[in-house]
Amino acid sequence: MEHIRNFCIIAHIDHGKSTLADRLLEYTNTVSKRDLQAQVLDDMDLERERGITIKSHAIQMDYELDGKRYVLNLIDTPGHVDFSYEVSRSIAACEGALLIVDAAQGIQAQTISNLYLALENDLEIIPILNKIDLPSAEPELVKDQIVDLLGCKREDIIPASGKTGMGVFDILRAIIDRIPHPQGDAEAPLKALIFDSVFNSFRGIIAYYKVLEGEIRKGDHVKFVATGADYHADEIGILRLDKSPRDVVKTGDVGYIISGIKNAREVKVGDTITQVGRPCLNAVAGFEDVKPMVFAGIYPVDTDEYEELRTSIEKLQLNDASLVFEPESSAALGFGFRCGFLGMLHMEIIQERLEREFDMTVITTVPNVSYFAYLTNGESFVVNNPSDFPDPSKLDRIEEPYIKATIITKAEFVGSVMGLCIGKRGEIVNQSYLTTDRVELIFNMPLAEIVFDFYDKLKSISKGYASFDYHQIGYRASDLVRLDIRLNSEPVDALSALIHRDHAYTFGKKICEKLKELITRQQFEIVIQAAIGAKIIARETVKALRKDVTAKCYGGDISRKRKLLEKQKEGKKRMRQVGSVEIPQQAFLAVLKLD
Amino acid sequence: MAGIYLHIPFCRKACHYCDFHFSTSLEKREQVLQMMQRELEQRSGFFKGVAVSSVYFGGGTPSLLSGAELGQLMELVRKNYAIQNDAEVTLEANPDDLNPEYLAMLSQSGVNRLSIGVQSFRSEDLAAMNRAHSAEQALSCISDAGDAGFSNISIDLMFGWPGLSMEAWKDNVKQALDLPITHLSCYGLTVEERTALTRKIAAGEIETPDDALAAEQYLWLLESAETSGIPWYEISNFCREGFASRHNTSYWTSEPYLGIGPSAHSFNGVERSWNVSSNSAYVQGWERGFRAAETETASEPERINEYILTGLRMRRGLDLSTLKSAFGPIVHDGVLKRAGEYIDSGALLHHQSRLAFTTRGLLFADRITAELFSDPV
Ligand SMILES: Nc1nc2c(ncn2[C@@H]2O[C@H](COP(=O)(O)OP(=O)(O)OP(=O)(O)O)[C@@H](O)[C@H]2O)c(=O)[nH]1
Ligand code: SF4
Ligand SMILES: [Mg+2]
Repeated sequence: MEHIRNFCIIAHIDHGKSTLADRLLEYTNTVSKRDLQAQVLDDMDLERERGITIKSHAIQMDYELDGKRYVLNLIDTPGHVDFSYEVSRSIAACEGALLIVDAAQGIQAQTISNLYLALENDLEIIPILNKIDLPSAEPELVKDQIVDLLGCKREDIIPASGKTGMGVFDILRAIIDRIPHPQGDAEAPLKALIFDSVFNSFRGIIAYYKVLEGEIRKGDHVKFVATGADYHADEIGILRLDKSPRDVVKTGDVGYIISGIKNAREVKVGDTITQVGRPCLNAVAGFEDVKPMVFAGIYPVDTDEYEELRTSIEKLQLNDASLVFEPESSAALGFGFRCGFLGMLHMEIIQERLEREFDMTVITTVPNVSYFAYLTNGESFVVNNPSDFPDPSKLDRIEEPYIKATIITKAEFVGSVMGLCIGKRGEIVNQSYLTTDRVELIFNMPLAEIVFDFYDKLKSISKGYASFDYHQIGYRASDLVRLDIRLNSEPVDALSALIHRDHAYTFGKKICEKLKELITRQQFEIVIQAAIGAKIIARETVKALRKDVTAKCYGGDISRKRKLLEKQKEGKKRMRQVGSVEIPQQAFLAVLKLD
Repeated sequence: MAGIYLHIPFCRKACHYCDFHFSTSLEKREQVLQMMQRELEQRSGFFKGVAVSSVYFGGGTPSLLSGAELGQLMELVRKNYAIQNDAEVTLEANPDDLNPEYLAMLSQSGVNRLSIGVQSFRSEDLAAMNRAHSAEQALSCISDAGDAGFSNISIDLMFGWPGLSMEAWKDNVKQALDLPITHLSCYGLTVEERTALTRKIAAGEIETPDDALAAEQYLWLLESAETSGIPWYEISNFCREGFASRHNTSYWTSEPYLGIGPSAHSFNGVERSWNVSSNSAYVQGWERGFRAAETETASEPERINEYILTGLRMRRGLDLSTLKSAFGPIVHDGVLKRAGEYIDSGALLHHQSRLAFTTRGLLFADRITAELFSDPV
């Protein structure tokens, strides 16, 4: 066990975690030069396309130092707020963390929040000043910030560059010297913590775990404590770039198990694996349940695919424990699921993964946060869906979640950041200068105002020089209304939104305009209305299409026309008929792109 | 049946709605025509011995060709290809070019069919479209053509043009139907991207076309052409009995055609290919001895879709028995099944193993066609 080191790489988004991981893999010869593409651990298509890490990724390296051989288990984590649950689970499998700070950007909001996550779990922190090669790097200034934040010594900070490879050997030495090796009774009954899992269509469910006590051997008869189900360990092993089978995975090590489980519900991240014949006395505490920030309905475009959607979401949940869902139904869309997400990016990624990994075409409805309704008769309940919004005459009050937002930006952008936050119903709580040029602003704001496009707006008004983090701080009473959308007088519940009364008119007008743009003309006129209760507050019409016929179709037009019509036919598959009106899939998310 | 298309990529001025390939600079004229001659020689094996039943000069403005230029092209066509004796030889012409001398030259060169770009008999429309001819020329050229011996004349008209009222359209159609023509092509205005028209509409200089009115104009046209003995035989084409355009019909019946000149398309029964849409790239290619072109071989589902698309353009409709023998009963049954709701609603007619649009169905031909397409595999 003395030769094992388990650590994760944590940082603010884009500070260079995955690139530094590449160098560690390269310098320890874990991945051959030929296989080493940039950010090799970002192996999902979506991660590569977007250039961000979405999933934590564990990989084992061998390294020899001063004549001794070590096993280093590395977990690369995502930096975006929406995936902080990935970070917290990775931390549970580690004794140390590399805290990466971009030498040009300095400490940012998620540097701090991820650091706190690691400290709560008593991880040894190794601060790394990364991207030192950048001409805009300000190493001394950023070192000051790090010393301030961690209370560490200046010399503890390792200057490095994931690009040039500078500092990588120092980091490897620090991992071995400074991070404690895992503890745990090797002789005790098996106790392993499942920290991640994934569905594989050929092999069933693969669970990733860290052995806290005892050991697991191939062929063992094991039990998953929470679900109570038992299995034979058909294959166990450790994680290299691919899975690498072994006969035994011992205390302190990180590994995987394949035991022919096909049903997604049988594996729960946070569960404990133990031996059937010799069970451990108490299970690991597991993970706190995640609290979703946003809710939206997910419906199959093709109503026949409801059950398939359910199994797909269950399988996806294996690989994303922060996704929660329950069945719901909508008058417009039929049967689907109300899902909880950690943010808008998370929601977008889930929709994309359902489409790509499970071939499901889905509609995502207008997202909202979770409210508390108090009725005049004393009853109270949670409102996760606009259709649960009570009749105003019976409503005593409705409360909405508030957050404390921490924004770090440059002094020159303070004015515009304030303007943005106040426009979003924020109240300034504190303003402090971290250095002469860096300001930390703290606001109390309604969560509903920041989940949609807040972060994008913040980035654009600050030219990218603002980082943002938030925590829920409770509920406050608020003047909310339900805005309904009607198409040819038929209310479309999936397009309803809960919104502050002061914003309702502008919002209603914009959403009608947006829908007019997105709904393709049909053979009859379509009237789009926004309403609060019986009162219509906005209206647009999509004129009837009277003619849809190509005039000329000669030699050169044929294949062009064919392609056009094929595309049109394909597009129709992404439309949902509500009443007589066909609504394209994107229309349901139109609210997010209003401006 | 097989046809040769020659694209003459020059126009005197640019009509506002047009997105064809043409240049208003005549600078490259000589070179382009020379290279077209080279292309005619180089691709003489295209039809593999199948006789050519139609030759079509399109554009652009073929009536810009001088007698000598036309003569040279015709000579090379005859020399390199097996042209049937009774072949249809069409030339697209603008009214302003058709003076009696020019018409006489055309007739001597072997042109036996004229397709005249009239568009409208009203000068306000012609001015708004930026056409080069006047309303008088539109009328006089037709009688002059008759005098020069042309008995097979087609004219083009446009409906749905902003400002063209229903009454004005009726007048245009009536005037056309009274003329000694054998064929009529009527195109609903399509506002193509990257045309002056699009810009002018966006700038508010021309009002947005009214598609409800265009639909009404089309329906009225279908009816009055029918009663005047020039019924529709293709979505945009009308003719007296026996005067369907032989050349254009080959496009809708999957016959091979060879396209010569910049941007011209060819189809050899299997492959579609198209020359570059640039006069200079076309010339440069042939100067170096190669044909600057792209080729595409359609997959089976794509060929099925093209068969459906072109078949439905014709009044006689999509030939289901050929569809079945060429692509199999599963494809045939799929198409018929998807057609079901349109047959029921009266948009399509299923008769004697053919599927054809009714007048009502014609207005929505595109979306119905798309619905009948085979599903991608
Ligand atoms: N100049 C320079 N650029 C770097 C360095 N490390 C990373 N980058 C660049 O910074 C960007 C982000 O790098 P990643 O490694 O994907 O960052 P990350 O922290 O893993 O990002 P997330 O996982 O999305 O939070 C990429 O464009 C890298 O090429 C470095 O040391 N020097
Ligand atoms: S003459 Fe014909 S090809 Fe030339 S611009 Fe006008 S419509 Fe287009
Ligand atoms: Mg990363």
